[in-house]
Amino acid sequence: MSAKRNASRRDFLKQCFTGAAVLRASGSMGLLASAQQAASAKSRVVIARDDLLRGTGSTVDSRRMLGLLDRAMQTLCDRDHAVEAWSKLVRPGETVGLKVNALGGRGLSSNLQLIEAICERLQEAGIKAGDIVVWDRETDEMERAGFRIAMGGNGVQCFGTDRLDYEQELVTHGSVGSRLSRILTQRCNVLINLPVLKDHDGAGATIALKNMYGVIHNPNKYHPNGCDPYIADLNMLPEIRTRMRLTICDATTAQYEGGPAYKPEYSWRHNALIVSQDPVALDYTGWQIIERKRAEKGLKTLEAEGRAPHYIATAADAGHQLGTNDPGRITVAEV
Amino acid sequence: MCALASGAALGVGEFPAPLAAQPLLGGAQKQDDAQFTVEAKFYQKLDNKKIKCKLCPRECTVGDRERGYCGVRENRGGTYYSLVHSRVCAAHVDPIEKKPLFHYLPGTVAFSLATAGCNVNCKFCQNWDISQSRPEQVPAEFTPPKRVAELAKQYGCPTIAYTYSEPVVFSEFLMDAADAGHNAGIRSIVVSNGYMQQESLKAAYGKMDAVKIDLKSFSESYYRDVVTGQLKPVLDSLVTLRKMDKWTEIVYLVVPTLNDDDAGFIGLARWIKTNLGLDVPLHFTQFHPEYLLKNLPITPVPTLERAKAIADAEGLHYVYIGNVPGHPAQNTYCPKCRKMLVERIGFTASQNLIRKDSCPFCQHPIPGVWHT
Repeated sequence: MSAKRNASRRDFLKQCFTGAAVLRASGSMGLLASAQQAASAKSRVVIARDDLLRGTGSTVDSRRMLGLLDRAMQTLCDRDHAVEAWSKLVRPGETVGLKVNALGGRGLSSNLQLIEAICERLQEAGIKAGDIVVWDRETDEMERAGFRIAMGGNGVQCFGTDRLDYEQELVTHGSVGSRLSRILTQRCNVLINLPVLKDHDGAGATIALKNMYGVIHNPNKYHPNGCDPYIADLNMLPEIRTRMRLTICDATTAQYEGGPAYKPEYSWRHNALIVSQDPVALDYTGWQIIERKRAEKGLKTLEAEGRAPHYIATAADAGHQLGTNDPGRITVAEV
Repeated sequence: MCALASGAALGVGEFPAPLAAQPLLGGAQKQDDAQFTVEAKFYQKLDNKKIKCKLCPRECTVGDRERGYCGVRENRGGTYYSLVHSRVCAAHVDPIEKKPLFHYLPGTVAFSLATAGCNVNCKFCQNWDISQSRPEQVPAEFTPPKRVAELAKQYGCPTIAYTYSEPVVFSEFLMDAADAGHNAGIRSIVVSNGYMQQESLKAAYGKMDAVKIDLKSFSESYYRDVVTGQLKPVLDSLVTLRKMDKWTEIVYLVVPTLNDDDAGFIGLARWIKTNLGLDVPLHFTQFHPEYLLKNLPITPVPTLERAKAIADAEGLHYVYIGNVPGHPAQNTYCPKCRKMLVERIGFTASQNLIRKDSCPFCQHPIPGVWHT
């Protein structure tokens, strides 16, 4: 990945000055630039790592996770304090959906400590606990992954679409015609995407863009041809695009083969978060991380296996412009 | 086109509670998945806990914890499961003419049922709310095979019809229900797209007494772009059903601008004549804008009449026009003396003059199963 380099937060910000200026000029909330607008500048991807994230044990340490998240968000948003960073992304009164990925059970789902940390910072940024909903497709699946289900009351909400159902009306774009989760359409006006970094037997990799398959009622219809162009078309739906503010990819535990189900023998503790407002740039960056791990393990590239994630290029093409997959237009900061 | 899953919508018999499950009215209900889950037939285990489904020509390779294209078959740890055995999401008592089967027990009613799921994604689907949904998204009743047979008998149905969505995807249930029905003296009929592998076709539809196949076009490109399937396996299924001596009727839904050209009608009629014979009933039915094709108009009746005229000219004996109530081409005429033998009004066979499988006027044999 040619765009990848080590950089301090300040170095990174200096390198990104031009791009950041463009982003700031694009809207009243600075970083709330649309993906299309961002596509005209460099896209930022922040990779925050902490090798001591789990201390000496196997469980992620909550305090270190909070610190890791803060580092990632402060770098992304060019702020010295975490709450300031979050305040650039959300406003009091907004309702925020955290779209997790619970398919991988306890071994490979969106990390619970990460979600707690995000909820904490969102509340400090003025979002009421009851206006935060942590969600995925199925409540049972979320429970199997360790989520505590909560529906009603003033606390953070946590449940699957099965509790609210899907909208009756179809929404369509290109190859996709689907019913959307009512959690998306009725319970949140801001979407924060929390995918897991992992291999996918059909699509090659499942990271940010593909996590939106959990928003629709018929994802099984969109797996042919490596999910291309379905993933890109799905992410074009206005109900998704207008809500999407941020992706925080959980790479604390990642998987380079055998996905999307959890296969311990193919997973590794990467102890990282990958954060960006450009889901295409994030997916491209995540894909390269998976490829490096595959090479390290002596496996063929995804391209050689006939399952390179071509949907990422489709998402970046002129018909979609959901972000950039051009490494020359992606600035990666490792912090 | 599959008949509408809502009997009430067409003013025909609606099944009483509790089986009158109206799809997607109200929210999805919590269901006990275990009672509907059986190991699937027709699949092959692969390395790394993957499987390859051998039910339909799609041959989905499905990873652990994932589902096939149909959405109703799931890989759990390297074993493939059907999630829809006995999971009936729509059940009605329908006239058999609604399937449509015109040469099979006319004037009778069929205990008609469906589960969620389909192995294609037709842009014109009338029943997309069940066919394009996952089973857990659709309210359903646990209705095991013996119960299906009991209900058919209770409601005076000589047949069980597997219909509305796509019975290919609930083959395991269909096979068990057909066995239970036969044990109780109830026959089975299936309304299907015929998009199956030969082995599964022979095993599952070998248990059927009659089959209606939706031949959606005579063009591979149409199958690819509008159906998300392939034409050739469907043609192969029709030939195999013929060899199996299953009573088969064909429906061709005529969609304006997409599959309504003369060349297609001629190709279709000639293929039927060559491969299936002149006596296979062929129904040209009227399209109504639905699902992803709401931008097209209803098929003009003259288009349907043109299609019928072409098929008639090719020599097919029983060419019907469907979804046009009151049209004279809904009736059955003797191909020899041209007298009307079965009169139909809507979905009702109001008069059946056929005796001893023959025309009562000229004694010409009329193929079909005319009486119970």
